Amino acid sequence: MTETIVTFEKVRKEYDESTVLKEVSFQLEKGKFYTLLGPSGCGKTTILNLIAGFTEATVGNVLIDGKKVNEIPAHKRKVNTVFQDYALFPHMNVFDNVAFGLRMKKTPKAEIKTKVEEALGMVRLKEFANRSIVGMSGGQKQRVAIARALVNEPEVLLLDEPLSALDLKLRTDMQYELSELQKRLGITFLFVTHDQEEALAMSDEIFVMQDGAIVQKGTPNDIYDEPLNRYVAEFIGESNIVEGHMVSDYRVAFAGYEFDCIDGGIPSSETIDVIIRPEDLEITSADKGKFVAKVDTQLFRGVHYEIILYDQEGNEWMVHSTKKAKEGSTVGIDFDGASIHVMRKNESEADFYKRLDTYTEILEG
Amino acid sequence: MNKKSTQSTMLFPYVLWLALFVFAPLLLLIYQSLLNIDGQFTIENIVTYFTSATYITMTIQSFIFAGFITAVTLLVSYPAAYVLTRTEHKELWRMLLILPTWINILLKAYAFIGILSQSGPVNEFLETIGIGHQQILFTNFSFILVATYIELPFMMMPIMNAINEIDPSLIKASHDLGANEWETLRNIIIPLSMNGVRSGIQAVFIPSLSLFMLTRLIGGNRVITLGTAIEQHFLVTQNWGMGSTIGIVLVVLMFIVMKLTNNTPTRKRGGR
Ligand SMILES: Nc1ncnc2c1ncn2[C@@H]1O[C@H](COP(=O)(O)OP(=O)(O)O)[C@@H](O)[C@H]1O
Ligand SMILES: [Mg+2]
Repeated sequence: MTETIVTFEKVRKEYDESTVLKEVSFQLEKGKFYTLLGPSGCGKTTILNLIAGFTEATVGNVLIDGKKVNEIPAHKRKVNTVFQDYALFPHMNVFDNVAFGLRMKKTPKAEIKTKVEEALGMVRLKEFANRSIVGMSGGQKQRVAIARALVNEPEVLLLDEPLSALDLKLRTDMQYELSELQKRLGITFLFVTHDQEEALAMSDEIFVMQDGAIVQKGTPNDIYDEPLNRYVAEFIGESNIVEGHMVSDYRVAFAGYEFDCIDGGIPSSETIDVIIRPEDLEITSADKGKFVAKVDTQLFRGVHYEIILYDQEGNEWMVHSTKKAKEGSTVGIDFDGASIHVMRKNESEADFYKRLDTYTEILEG
Repeated sequence: MNKKSTQSTMLFPYVLWLALFVFAPLLLLIYQSLLNIDGQFTIENIVTYFTSATYITMTIQSFIFAGFITAVTLLVSYPAAYVLTRTEHKELWRMLLILPTWINILLKAYAFIGILSQSGPVNEFLETIGIGHQQILFTNFSFILVATYIELPFMMMPIMNAINEIDPSLIKASHDLGANEWETLRNIIIPLSMNGVRSGIQAVFIPSLSLFMLTRLIGGNRVITLGTAIEQHFLVTQNWGMGSTIGIVLVVLMFIVMKLTNNTPTRKRGGR
C-alpha cells in the first residue's frame, strides 16, 4: 500500500520568456527517498521551490496530500527545506534556530524543549543547544539545518544540494546518516544533487533531469543498468558508449564485429548507441577476446586499474581491471552478451520501458 | 620602494588632514575653554557650565529635541525602508532618496520658510478647508518637521543597506518554518538590520544635537540647542572660552552616544 504525497501535473515554469520547467509530471510516494539528479541550471531548485511554495507554477498543478496548493503560501505548507547554504539564523543560537518553527506554531514551551532536544539528539548535537551558530563547522551547521527542518515533522523534506559544501569524508558520513534518518522517520525525502554517486547511494528512486524536463525515472539499479540514452548514461557514471547498428533482434554490430545481446524490438540496421560499463569488460589475450584493442594508457585507482584502449575502428574503451595491462600491447576484450545495453536515439521513457518489458520477458520466459 | 614606505606615503595626506583639521582644532578648543573672557587661565567656564541652570536646561533640551527628531525619523524610515527594499525599482528609490541630500541645507530651509509661512501653500490649504490660518513657522512643530525631513535620508540609507544585505535565503527559511510576513519581519529582518538602525541613529542623533541654522530659520530661535549656544558665544557675546567649553561638552556627548550605539550587547542568548 503506497500513498501519494506530492503530485506534479504538467507543471510549466517560465521566467519572463525563458522556460525553466517544461510540462513536468511526477508523483512522490509517502516514506520514500527521491533524488533529483541533473547538472546545474536544469531546474532542480525550481521544482523544490514549487513544492515549498517559494514560487508559483505558470501552468499546471502542484498537489500535496491530494490537495491543490498552487495558491497556498509557503508558511502554510507542511513541507520543510534544508537549504544549500544552510540559511541558519545568525542572531540565534542552535536551540533557538531549531525551535523557530515550533514557536511560530505557538507550541507550548515545555513541548518545544522536549522536541528540540530530541531533534538535536537525532543529529548528534545535543551538547550544542546553547552554542552560537557563528563559528560552527560546515558539518555542524548542516546538522542544525536538518534538525531545524525535521523538528516540525514535515510530510515532505526538501534537501537542496545539502552536502555539496562539505568535504568528501564528511559528505560520505552524512550520506549514511541522512539515509538512516529517512528510513527511521519514514518521512518522504526529495533530495537534490548533481553528484551521481550520491544519488545512486542514497535513493529509492532517481529522477534524472535535463534542461527543465525529467528524462528518466527509476531505481538506482534501473538507471545505472538501463540508461535511457547517451545523456543519462554519461551522467550516471563512467561508461563506454559507442555507435553501432542493429542486425536483428538480439544481434547488434559495433567495433567492427557482430555480437549477441538481449535487446530487441528495434528495426534492423537502425543506428543505435551501445553502452558497456568499464567493470563489465575483461582483458584477455588477443586470440581469446570478442574483439581486439590496443592498450593506450592506464591509471592506478586504488581498488582497480583504469585502462584506456582503442579498437580497430578507433573507438575508445575504458576497462576497470584488478590486473595490470602492458601499455602498447594488443589484447582481447571479453564480455558477456548481457552486459551490452542498446539505446535507441530519441526514444521516450515510456516507449523505452515498454520495449524493455516485452523483450526481457521473452528472454527470461 | 618597499611596501611599508608606499603605505606611509599614501597615508600622509590623511594624517596631515587629521593633524590640521581634527587634532589641532581639538587642542585649540581645549586651550580656549581654559581661558575666561579676559584671557586668564581658569576652570571657571566648566564650573559655570555645570552649575548654571540655563546651560543644564539647554543641554537637556538639546537632548530631548535630538532624541525626538531621531525617534520620528526612525519611525518613518524603518517601515519605508522595509517596503522600498521589496519594490522592483530599489535603485531608483535609493537615487530619489539621495538626491535631496545634494541640495544645500540653507536652500532647503528657505524653501520651507516659503511653504510654511503665513501666505504659504500650507496655510492657503488650511484656509480652503476651513481650518483657517495657523502659525506653523517658528514653532517646535515646524522645527521637528523640517529637521526630520532633512535627516530622513541619513536614517533610511543605512537601514535600507542593512535590510538589503540580509541573505534572502534566511527570509525563505523563515517562511519555510511557518512564519508569515509579520513574524518574519519581527523575528528575522528587524534583529538582523539593527546595525543599520544603529548607524542611522548615530547619523541623525549626533548632528541633531548641534543643529543651529534650523533653530533660527525655522524654529525662530525659540528652540535653543547646544549648537545655537556655541554660535552665539563665538559670534555674538565673543565669549570664546564658554563657546569652547560647550563645544567640548558636545564632543564628549557625541563619543558617549557613539559608544552606546556601537556596543549594544551582542546577540548571544541562551535557550529560553
Ligand atoms: N528568479 C528567477 N528568474 C529568472 N530565471 C531564473 C530564476 N530562478 C531560476 N532561474 C533560471 O532557471 C533555471 C533553472 O534554475 P534552477 O532551478 O535553480 O536550477 P538548478 O537548481 O538545477 O541548478 C536556470 O537557468 C536559472 O537561471
Ligand atoms: Mg539549485
